[in-house]
Amino acid sequence: MSQTSEPLATSRRPTSMARREAGTAILFLLPSLIGFLAFMLFPIVASLGLSFTNWSLLAPPSFVGLANFQRLFTTDPIFFTILGNTLFFTAEYLVLNIVISIGLAVWISSLKIGQRWFRVIFFMPTFTPTIAVSIVWLLIFTPGGLMDYVLDLLQVNFPNLLLDPNLAMQAVIVVTLWASVGYNMILFNAALDLVPQSYLEAAKIDGANAWQRFWYIRLPMISPTIFFGTVMTAITALQVFDQIFVLTSGGPGSSTATLGYAIYQNGFQNYQMGYASSMAWVMFVLIMMLTGFQFWLQRKWVHYDS
Amino acid sequence: MTAETASPASSAKAGRKSRRRKRSAASIGLDVLNHGLLCVVALFFLFPFFWMVSNAVRGNAEVLAIPPRLFPNEWQWGNFVEAWLYLPFGQFFLNSAIVAGSVTAITVVVSALAAYAFARLRFPGREGILVAYLGTLMIPQAMLVIPLFLIISRVGWINTYQGLILPMAFSSFGAFLLRQFFLSIPKELEEAALIDGASRLRILVSIFVPMAMPAIGLLSLFTFIAQWNNFLWPLIVVNGMDKATLPLGLTMFQTQQGTAWNYIMAGATLSMIPGVILAVILQQFIYKGITIGSGFGGR
Repeated sequence: MSQTSEPLATSRRPTSMARREAGTAILFLLPSLIGFLAFMLFPIVASLGLSFTNWSLLAPPSFVGLANFQRLFTTDPIFFTILGNTLFFTAEYLVLNIVISIGLAVWISSLKIGQRWFRVIFFMPTFTPTIAVSIVWLLIFTPGGLMDYVLDLLQVNFPNLLLDPNLAMQAVIVVTLWASVGYNMILFNAALDLVPQSYLEAAKIDGANAWQRFWYIRLPMISPTIFFGTVMTAITALQVFDQIFVLTSGGPGSSTATLGYAIYQNGFQNYQMGYASSMAWVMFVLIMMLTGFQFWLQRKWVHYDS
Repeated sequence: MTAETASPASSAKAGRKSRRRKRSAASIGLDVLNHGLLCVVALFFLFPFFWMVSNAVRGNAEVLAIPPRLFPNEWQWGNFVEAWLYLPFGQFFLNSAIVAGSVTAITVVVSALAAYAFARLRFPGREGILVAYLGTLMIPQAMLVIPLFLIISRVGWINTYQGLILPMAFSSFGAFLLRQFFLSIPKELEEAALIDGASRLRILVSIFVPMAMPAIGLLSLFTFIAQWNNFLWPLIVVNGMDKATLPLGLTMFQTQQGTAWNYIMAGATLSMIPGVILAVILQQFIYKGITIGSGFGGR
């Protein structure tokens, strides 16, 4: 009997084991999968569906096709301002963030002592609530506040940052830089410390000066990390919300109204859920386009070698 | 012979040594300058923290006085107590701790279970699910909150802890991060345990989790901070003071007490304390860990 069942058992064992393994896998994956379906996949699909309706919470939704998108790009009087503000913020903030964080990272890595203390000083704000940071800066920038006083003292004839439509976004950028530049700084600093000392020594012997060692050796060697930091920073920059909520509420006028703020206003202050969803999809497309663009661009400047 | 060869060698050594000493005197000067300049930059950078605390402990009339005073006339440390009592800051603090703590605990457990399945178990659709998880990393929170709000209000979770916690507690990033870490754990370790008849759950808990502690620690830390600082979701789900988290409470303070700057600054200081303490205590852990997964941050 054992002789007849033997070949059967060996041929069947792998499939039954595989089935048991798959069963175990489902159990392990189930909590995560339920969360993923309920709080990620379903909302994404629902958001797309909502963007084709005129749901306002007050009345039952009805399908309006592409009317929301048509309204965004043809009749909404401030949508292009919002789009422009978002891109302006992202571009200026992204460039300044990357330049300053690389600068700080290189500067700190040049220190003989106390590196860790300088690192933690610049990193600290990234661990604090953006809302609290913005409120502190609001006190500094508020009309009649410290900033106005210092500008007066320096005899600079400068309008109040938060009241001037051309300058309010600059205030938002300053606050965002202060709050987040430490994250990329510590990321780049850690990457710089992984550049082998022998490369730098060899270049030094060959007569490369400090700038050449930075530009031709350290920068290319940490370029994959810089690329990663740039992509992640761009994704968060396009969603900017907290700072604007506290500092300017999108004003003065609509000079600091960004997509993130407009989605909140339309969805949760005007209860135009459908219209807000269509804006959210514009934001998502922007994120994908900018990320795609950066991946295309990286072939020209990011060095991978292993 | 030994004396002959030794003397030029030693004189050359002495010459090199003195040259090195001269060079190091110059380079020490440069180092001092370098440190000094960065100290100045760091002081400017720290100023908002100082301004916040300095304004938290002065009378409100002094906050916008002209000319501004760097230090308060009279240090009113009691402002912290008054702010704590004036608005329910104790409640805000508790709510933030409950929400951030619960989201972190759920995220870590759920991510570790899923990561083990992705890293070690074979099942149909494994790669597809993983790609779907990764594909959602670019989804903006602003897109999710509208449908999430509709779901949460449909099930009656508006202004509840579960409404604040559960939608934030499933991180596809966490599962992916831990999977990457689990893949680097040698298979031999678990094969021996499997032959001994240990269950998969036991292997995960007693072999994988201890070995992946650095990654789990970083995931916990960054999840906790992200949730402690989260504003958009509480803003939408909470409609009363009883469930407000700290950032939300601060903005309520701002609108309710438009001019009580000293209390607002005291509240802002309180909300920053846990993050600042964690950043200072765990600085080396963060610095060393941040290169593991090439960064955490965000969700």
